[in-house]
Amino acid sequence: MKTRSIIILVGIAVIIGALLAYSVDFSTYDTIESAKKKEGKFVHLIAKVDLSKPIEYNPEKDPNYLAFHAIDSLGGKTLVVYRNSKPTDLERSERVVMKGTMRDNYFECKDILLKCPSKYKDDKQNLERSINQQ
Amino acid sequence: MKFVGEHLLPGQIGHLFVIVAFIASLISSISYFSAVYSIDETSRLQWKKIARFSFFTQIAAVIIVFSIIYYICANHFYEYMYAYKHASKELEPKFLLACIWEGQEGSFLLWTICNSILGAIFIFRGKEWESPVMGVVTLSQFFLFMMVLGIYFFGVRIGSSPFALTRNEISAPIFSQPNYLSFISDGMGLNVLLRNYWMVVHPPVLFLGFASTTIPFAFAISGMLTRKYGDWIPKALPWILFSACALGTGIMMGGKWAYESLSFGGYWAWDPVENSSLVPWLIMVAGLHTLLIYKATGRSLRATYFFLLLAFCFVLYSTFLTRTGILGDTSVHAFTEAGTAISVMIKSFLFTFLLGGMFLFAKHYKKIPAIHTEEPTQTREFWMFIGSLVIFLAAIFIISITSIPVYNRIPGIKDLIIKIHGGALAMPEDPEFVYNKVMVLVAIVIGLLTAITQYFKFKSTPKGFFIKKIATPTLISALITICLAFIYPLEYNKFGLGFLGAIYLAFFSTIYAFVANLWYIFSVQKANWKKAGGSIAHAGFALMLIGMIISSSNKKVISSSLVNGITFNMGAKDPNGRNADDPQENLTLIRQVPTKMADYEVTYTNDSAGNENGRKYYHLWFEKKDKQRNKIKEKFMLQPDVYLMKDNNMSSNPDTRNYLTRDIFTYVSFALKEQQDKDTAAFRESIINIGDTIFYSNGYLILNSILKNPNNGKYHFTSNDVALSADLTVVGKDSIKYAAMPALEVDNDHLHHLDDTIYAKNLYVRFNGISEDQKIKIGVKESDRLIDFVTVKTYVFPYINLVWLGIVIMCIGFIVSMIHRAKMSRMLSALIFAVICLGIGYMFLLANN
Repeated sequence: MKTRSIIILVGIAVIIGALLAYSVDFSTYDTIESAKKKEGKFVHLIAKVDLSKPIEYNPEKDPNYLAFHAIDSLGGKTLVVYRNSKPTDLERSERVVMKGTMRDNYFECKDILLKCPSKYKDDKQNLERSINQQ
Repeated sequence: MKFVGEHLLPGQIGHLFVIVAFIASLISSISYFSAVYSIDETSRLQWKKIARFSFFTQIAAVIIVFSIIYYICANHFYEYMYAYKHASKELEPKFLLACIWEGQEGSFLLWTICNSILGAIFIFRGKEWESPVMGVVTLSQFFLFMMVLGIYFFGVRIGSSPFALTRNEISAPIFSQPNYLSFISDGMGLNVLLRNYWMVVHPPVLFLGFASTTIPFAFAISGMLTRKYGDWIPKALPWILFSACALGTGIMMGGKWAYESLSFGGYWAWDPVENSSLVPWLIMVAGLHTLLIYKATGRSLRATYFFLLLAFCFVLYSTFLTRTGILGDTSVHAFTEAGTAISVMIKSFLFTFLLGGMFLFAKHYKKIPAIHTEEPTQTREFWMFIGSLVIFLAAIFIISITSIPVYNRIPGIKDLIIKIHGGALAMPEDPEFVYNKVMVLVAIVIGLLTAITQYFKFKSTPKGFFIKKIATPTLISALITICLAFIYPLEYNKFGLGFLGAIYLAFFSTIYAFVANLWYIFSVQKANWKKAGGSIAHAGFALMLIGMIISSSNKKVISSSLVNGITFNMGAKDPNGRNADDPQENLTLIRQVPTKMADYEVTYTNDSAGNENGRKYYHLWFEKKDKQRNKIKEKFMLQPDVYLMKDNNMSSNPDTRNYLTRDIFTYVSFALKEQQDKDTAAFRESIINIGDTIFYSNGYLILNSILKNPNNGKYHFTSNDVALSADLTVVGKDSIKYAAMPALEVDNDHLHHLDDTIYAKNLYVRFNGISEDQKIKIGVKESDRLIDFVTVKTYVFPYINLVWLGIVIMCIGFIVSMIHRAKMSRMLSALIFAVICLGIGYMFLLANN
């Protein structure tokens, strides 16, 4: 068991470690400003939908094109293009996590995660809001 | 203030029994450990008596607590926070259970119930191991009850009680009135995604799996405390088999739920919540194999200790990941952001058991017997050990990637990450591929080892035996793989030929594992089913992997433009240009207009309301035609739905057509909301005779006839009614004809217009009445936008049933082994086998229909 299996163990661990290092090109959480400096790199943005500008989505013409403006907590702004269907309640979301790449004049978004105000029942404010609506 | 209409008694009783259970589990734990360390027999028995008594007391308390929570939720006592948060009046009784384990407190209670059941069985079968093992089990019970305690200790609240009152938990103006309850009309209700059959059965099985990992852990601890390092192994084996079975089934039931009610299109997404329950299972399976090695050869006992201790610690780590909100944005599963108090308690639970276990392991490491010679490569134990190591390393790989959000929170490491990467670490562009590309290699190795290892014998294998026995299954599997590669090739080209090659290797190796294990049952074990548990479980596991490889490689999005040609782009502008290989995966279906989707023609025919308010089903009619004979080969209706929940969130629930060999899975990716801006177009009236024509901008209408009290496909009037309908034919520019049948009805001196809509032409037709000169008044309205449509995404999953069949077979294999190893009486064995098999068969096949 001893020497041989230890050699094999170390061997496998090294192979997997190498694979891991080689394979995983990790992304980062960025602000819109810092993402603009990393044009072409896959990043995660945490921002808000800018409701003062129109959201463009015409599913009867093209269900796979959504464009809107996002603004983050530091005031960075960008146009976002998401070539997929519009997540329901995008307008109502408090925060969106967008995964994608910054291009020269817009953010090419691959995936959107919404944080909606009332999805989280354990949030006290939401419970208060809901009970006041009764 | 005195409040009106509150039911405070059940909550007070419930809270009292939570405290009883908490204290009883502590007493039980202390007494069990005292029994372990007492020197004389009389005090040992006395301690054991106290321990048992308090253990059964806490079982009774837990049952009472759980019944009261059920009572409160079933009766909609919204003065309790738990009922307000999780229950609602429209919930069916079976979902009342699901709503209890939706919440943090209810799921901890479910865990304590599972611990209680296993503990009670253990008391009857544990014999000399009862005291030390139950000491650890009751200690974990103590921590679990602490989570739901809800009492203040020096101003700090310990645990959150399921019996907390709504008015104490949140502040709102209505609570200043004594009759505040009359203002709370209904609770928030169960999240609609969880209103699924699998959410009723999956949590109990999964928590039974979690709870069952406590016992192998406790055995390992007991082995060290009593210094009988290897004696517990045969006793622990059936418990480990049970644990692997329950946890594995629980995880895959969760997969079945995700497949049926989530719209990501699949049963596994390498989500942190899924990963963190898979990891303990993998480590438990690794520990199971090293334990078998020890039992047969006396080797690898230390590894067994290590794996069994870690399996439970990773269950606790999983609890920490999923319940403290540390995963934040990384998990799709909406888990709750818990308060810091509960987070501290979960951490203390984790660190008590992890550090305690590891400290003992380090202290006793040298004393745990080990054989210091090398085993030859021609033995079963050698290859089994390699397999266990690979499984263990795979688990470590998965958990180290899953823990990325944790690294971002650890001071020191956090700064280092920001220094190197310039921001908090996040998953790469294709998070699933990170796992898949390593796991495909793991599958190759594990598949091969599962196939060949049983053909070696423990200690030494006679020359020629291995080659002679393995040759046939090897040949058969190679043939099957080659045939399949031609008849039914795998088509996963997204990551190039290299990865496809790896998938093919994994395909061969899992087929090999399946065939070789079946072969082993018949050729070596001579179909002695009692002893074949291991091979059955291996074959089931292999079958599951085969199903996963086929269904994920050949899954197709048939609503995609890649399948249908880029036909559906009605002049939409896309200012930023579209990447040619960026598929447009969503397809818009206009009401009543058949649309091509791969081989199908899909029509959104109509919609209907569900049981719950705000739920809308879209009826999609699928037809497949035989082109030559123009006959319909296949037709079915799918009804995915969209649910606007009370909190105004929309939720989209898929619908699936199941065939033996494939599933057609569809969900609504975009739906119109009810409140549309008003249509500005108006009806234009024409007064005509029968046979005359009305023109509109895109064609014309012909009035065919007028029917009195029609009784046909559209209307069902009788001779007592006063109704007229007009039969019109609409002819568009494309000369396609549609029938329109608006009607008029007089009912209690009121005139009703029953308009007809030609959705495909955006046309409304109204029967306006009959003019004085006996002419017919027909109103026509042309809407300037689409009247009704829905956007969907549709997948075809081939052979997904192999995945479910595989898990069921694996589960049966574990049970066969467990019964064999537990050395129970024939009657009891047969009974347990029958009950579990019927239960699994019922849950997977029947209960859901």
